[in-house]
Amino acid sequence: MTALPPSPATAGAAPGAPSSGADTGTSRWRDAWRRLRRNPQGIAGAVIVGLFVLVAVLAPLLAPYAGTALPGRAEITPTGIPGIGEVPGFPLGLDRFGGDVLSKLIWGAQASLIIGLVSTAFGLIGGMLLGAIAGTFRGWVDAAIMRVVDILLSVPNLLLAVSIAAVLGQTPSAVMIAIGASQVPIFARLLRSTMLAQSSSDYVLAARTLGLGKGAITINHVLPNSMGPVIVQGTLTLATAVIEAAALSFLGLGGGRPETAEWGRMLTYAQNELAIAPQLAFLPGICIAITALGFTLLGEALREALDPRSGAR
Amino acid sequence: MLRVIGKRLLLLVPTLLGLSILLFAWVRALPGGPASALLGERATPEAIAQINEAYGFDRPLIEQYFTYIGRLLTGDFGNSVQTNRPVLDEFATRFPATVELAIVALVIAIAVGIPLGYLGAKYYGKALDHVSVVVSLLGVTIPVFFLAFILKWIFAVQLGWFPPDGRQDVRIDATHATGYYVLDGLLTGELDAAWDAIVHLVLPGLALASIPLAIIARITRASVLQVYGADYVRTARAKGLLPRIIRDRYILRNAMLPVVTTIGLQLGLLISGAVLTETVFNFAGIGQFLADAVFRRDFPVLQGFIIFIAILYSLINLIVDVSYSLIDPRVRVQ
Repeated sequence: MTALPPSPATAGAAPGAPSSGADTGTSRWRDAWRRLRRNPQGIAGAVIVGLFVLVAVLAPLLAPYAGTALPGRAEITPTGIPGIGEVPGFPLGLDRFGGDVLSKLIWGAQASLIIGLVSTAFGLIGGMLLGAIAGTFRGWVDAAIMRVVDILLSVPNLLLAVSIAAVLGQTPSAVMIAIGASQVPIFARLLRSTMLAQSSSDYVLAARTLGLGKGAITINHVLPNSMGPVIVQGTLTLATAVIEAAALSFLGLGGGRPETAEWGRMLTYAQNELAIAPQLAFLPGICIAITALGFTLLGEALREALDPRSGAR
Repeated sequence: MLRVIGKRLLLLVPTLLGLSILLFAWVRALPGGPASALLGERATPEAIAQINEAYGFDRPLIEQYFTYIGRLLTGDFGNSVQTNRPVLDEFATRFPATVELAIVALVIAIAVGIPLGYLGAKYYGKALDHVSVVVSLLGVTIPVFFLAFILKWIFAVQLGWFPPDGRQDVRIDATHATGYYVLDGLLTGELDAAWDAIVHLVLPGLALASIPLAIIARITRASVLQVYGADYVRTARAKGLLPRIIRDRYILRNAMLPVVTTIGLQLGLLISGAVLTETVFNFAGIGQFLADAVFRRDFPVLQGFIIFIAILYSLINLIVDVSYSLIDPRVRVQ
């Protein structure tokens, strides 16, 4: 829900549409890579994302305790929860259940990465299938798919995810499917509009003149050239997914046990102890915000790299 | 113009019809059907049979759909599972709270977002520009409910400047004729009640404003930057017009078009943000009601809410499109 809306330039027109004769596919990506490396915001985003992925993957090595372990149970009293640096062995303190906050934050990164990747992949694949079918066959197929997409887009994204999750039941996989499914219409519309813009270009005409079939043109020519905006949207969706997963957890839709090491869950349970242990809310909240910031910066930088005209200058 | 509006309203019909079919299919496509969705973990075969009988889920699908759509058309969204009162009545009592909150949030977002975006563009590359970029980035990356926590902790728990939750202090015994607490206070002359309602709106309003504020600032900045270098602005400068006139008549007026669209599109964000913000601040609007509905699997409320939001969303989009032609006479609504 919260990713920035695609700028008109990326949503409508195709990025870096082949302009000159020397502009081959590889040089377009190389150009983009060069622009990306020069963009300080993009570098900051890539560093944050890199660190996040590293922590998530290495969680078993980095975290002192298992995600659901409650090693500090004895230290918890009804009125007191040890905070940052108050108990040796637990540098970031303990939570209400006696879990080590540092370990849970680290395992939470892994949970967020999995939720983000799975739900984004779901939305991307579903949306691309629909968008590609609509963009290839046109006619009534296109009309039918796009009507359904339009209807789904008339419901705010987070509400769509909430409704789907509510029906699927309270399990972690329901949350991932719900977030992914709520992104399907966005990807479908994006890919279709990019493909339509591409299909009127000269190279498609050339391919058609050579006698290539519809399917071959779509798969070998139009789709690869339409991937730019989809990649950008995918990166931004990772940010959205991390935030929405937390929001769904907050609304009680995550399922699983209360002490699950997941940032949104930690934040949710922290609200009861806001007055005595605010760090329990602040630490996971900051983790969510920084991760989302990383993916957003990277996504924005990718957009500018792939389509220099879309930049706000 | 009127014909255009009429046509757009007619186009709403197929959209809503499609939405009603999707909503209808959505609950029934589940394994176990709508009864087990309603019951959740309490689903026993007997309970399912009982629910199917009571709600008519055992009838043919076509018949069920026509009963359902017939009820919708007469404004009958069913009864809330939580309160057993008609969904529409529940909305009506809670709607004013959310409208008040959304208006406050939108006013904050516009009042801060547009100047921030404008100044960012004017001082492009300078400190103020960086502030505007950072704010518009943070606004979309900090989860709304986390920001709500922070605001609550600083300004209510630590400093005690604002109340931590609710719409009105329990000690204030005010009459609520319209349900809009601020308006009620002003109408009946109970100014302390109106003031108290305003004070209760500040923190949730700020939290809810964060995302729209960020997006409005961002779009304003980009749009002003584009206009700034335009030939007519240079000409106006060369003519020696007052900077204020250049800003108001030449830059802002031309840069506002995308901003107006954006403001219109914020409604969806405000509504989904309200679900989270109202829950944190225990603010009794439709957002909090929806959050409870989700948690308690209150599907009639969820369905009604989605249809309601879709109508509202489409209407707002229509208003935005019409307001274009007021801002920019070059644009004609088609």
